[in-house]
Amino acid sequence: MRLDFFVSQYNYWVVIFLMMVGFYILISRGNLIKKIVGLNVFQTAVFMLYISMGKITGGTPPILVDGGHGGGEAAEQVMYSNPLPHVLILTAIVVGIATTSVGLALAVRIKEAYGTIEEDEINRIEAETEAGE
Amino acid sequence: MSVHLPVLQVVVPLLAAPLCAFLRNARAAAIVAVLASWTALAIALSLLGDVMSAGVISYAIGDWAPPIGIEYRVDIVNAWVLVIVATIASAVAPYMITSVEDEVERRRIPLFYAAYLLCLCGLLGIAITGDVFNVFVFLEISSLSAYALIAMGTRRRALTAAFRYLIMGSVGATFIVIGIGLLYVMTGSLNMADLAVLLPEVWDSRTVKVAYGFLGVGFCLKLALFPLHLWLPNAYAFAPSSVTAFMASTATKVAVYMLLRFFLTIFGAPFSFGVMALDRVLLPLALVAIVSMSLVAIFQVDVKRLLAYSSVAQIGYMILGLSFASVTGLTATLLHLFNHALMKGALFMALGCVVYRIGSVHIDAMAGLGRRMPFTMAAFVVGGLSLVGVPLTVGFVSKWFLILGALERGWWPVAVIVLLTSVLALVYVWRVVEAAYFRPYEGDEGDEGAGEAPWSLLAPTWVLVGANLYFGMNAVRTAQVAERAAEVLMTGVGP
Repeated sequence: MRLDFFVSQYNYWVVIFLMMVGFYILISRGNLIKKIVGLNVFQTAVFMLYISMGKITGGTPPILVDGGHGGGEAAEQVMYSNPLPHVLILTAIVVGIATTSVGLALAVRIKEAYGTIEEDEINRIEAETEAGE
Repeated sequence: MSVHLPVLQVVVPLLAAPLCAFLRNARAAAIVAVLASWTALAIALSLLGDVMSAGVISYAIGDWAPPIGIEYRVDIVNAWVLVIVATIASAVAPYMITSVEDEVERRRIPLFYAAYLLCLCGLLGIAITGDVFNVFVFLEISSLSAYALIAMGTRRRALTAAFRYLIMGSVGATFIVIGIGLLYVMTGSLNMADLAVLLPEVWDSRTVKVAYGFLGVGFCLKLALFPLHLWLPNAYAFAPSSVTAFMASTATKVAVYMLLRFFLTIFGAPFSFGVMALDRVLLPLALVAIVSMSLVAIFQVDVKRLLAYSSVAQIGYMILGLSFASVTGLTATLLHLFNHALMKGALFMALGCVVYRIGSVHIDAMAGLGRRMPFTMAAFVVGGLSLVGVPLTVGFVSKWFLILGALERGWWPVAVIVLLTSVLALVYVWRVVEAAYFRPYEGDEGDEGAGEAPWSLLAPTWVLVGANLYFGMNAVRTAQVAERAAEVLMTGVGP
C-alpha cells in the first residue's frame, strides 16, 4: 500500500527532490554562477510539476484524430493530455531564460567591478570599502 | 476606442518601450517615456471614473470569452491601484530627464527608459489582469526590468544589490507559480472570477491549503514583509535616485495588491480569515516589522537606506490593516497604498535632488543643506511630516483609519503601538532635519556646486509634495474610493 503510494505519485517525488536540490544549491553556494544554476534547477522542477500534471495515462497528444472534418464527436471519444499546462510552461521557460540571462549579465558585471564572483569575497570587499568611507 | 481602454493601459507602455530602445537619443526617449506615463495616467483615471459610476468592466483579450480566454477585469480595487502606479509614474518620468542624465551613462539612457517603461507595463499589467497566470507573466516583466534598472546605479554595490534581488525575487515568483499550478490542478481554471466560484467546493483539500502557503510566501517576499525584506534596503539604497522613487512607491504596493486580490477575491475572506487564520499570522509579523524596522532606520547614516528601512516598516502598517480583517482595516491598507506612494515618492525625489547637487546622501554630507537647498529640504520636511503622520498630511489619514480599525476590534495595545512607532518615525526624520537645518555647512562657502536643485527636478518633487498636502486636507474623496474598494474585497466577487 505504502510502496504503491510512492510509485504511483513518482512524478511528485521527482519534482520535490529536484526542487529541494535547487533550493539547497541556491542557499548554500557562495559562487554567483552556482546560485544561478541552483535557481534554474529549482525553476525546472516547477516546470515538471506543471507538465506532469497535464499528462493522462494512455492519453494522446491533443490533436484531432480524423483529419479535422466533423471531428467534434470523434474528439469526445479520444482521451488526450491537457495541452494548457504545456503552453503555460512554454511561457515560464522563456521567463526562466530571461531571468538566467539577466543574472549572468549581472554576474559578468560583478566580476568586472569586484574581480570575483565569490559571495564571501564580495562581502569582504564591500565591508572594507564601507569602513574606508 | 474607450471600449479598449483596459488593454491600452498595458499596450501603450509596452509599445513605447522598444520605441525608446530604437530611438538611440536620450532626449527623444525621455519624451516618449513621459508621454507614455501621462497617457497611462489618463487611461487609469478614466477607468476609475467608469468603474465608480458603471461597475465592473470586463474586457476579453482577442475577443476570446472568459474563462477560456484571458480576461482583463477592472473593479474599484484594480482601478485604484492603476491610478496609484500611473500617478507616481507621471510624476517620476519628467523627473527622470535631468536625474538620469546625471546618474546613468549616456549611451545607456534610451535603454534605461525602455526598462522603465517595461517595468511600468508589468506593474499596470499585474493590477489590471483577471487571469492568474497572466499575473505571473507581468510580475516577471516588471521584476526583470527592475533588476536591470537597479543595476544601473552609479556605485558598484548596485550590482550586488540587483543580483540579490534577482535571486530572492525569482524564488518568490517561482513560489507563486507553484501556488497557481496547484490551484489549476484543483479547479482546472486560471480565471480569477471563475476560481472564486470553483474554490469553495475544494476548500478542505490539502492541495488548496498548500497552494495558499506557497502563494503567501511568494507574495510576502515580493512585498518585503519582515522577515523576507532582506533584498529591499540595498536595492533601494544603490539604485539610481529616480528608480528608487519609482520602485519604492509602486513595486511593493502592487505586491500588496496581489496579496489582497488572491487571498480576498480568489480564496475569499471567509477562507482566508476563517480557515487559514491569515489575520493571526500577519498581525505579529506586521507589528514586528513596524517596530524593529523603525528602530533599525534610526541608526542608519545613509539617508536613502534609512528611508528604505522605513519603507519596510510602512509595509508593516499596510499588512496590519489587512490583519484587522475588517472593512475599516482594509480601508486603511488601501489608503496607505496611495498615501505611502505619495510620501515616499516625494521623499526619495527630494533625496535625488540632493544627490544631483552634492553626490551623496550620507547624513553628514547633508549638514547645513537647509540653507543651501531650501526648496529641496522643505520638500523633505513635508514628506517626513507625512511619514510621521502629522495632521494635514496624508500620513495622518492612514494612521487615523488604522487606529480606528484597531479600536473597532478592541485591540487598543495595537493602537498604542501605531502611535508609539509614529514617534520612532519622528526620530529618524528629525535626524535628517537636524543635520540639514541645525548643523553648519561643511563645504566651501563660495562653492556654487551646492546651490538649489534645478526646477526640472524640483517641480515634479513639489507636485508630489503638494499631493501629500492636498489629499491630507481633502481626504473624503480618497477615503470614499478606498472604502468602497475595501467593501468589494471583503464581500468577494459580486454577480
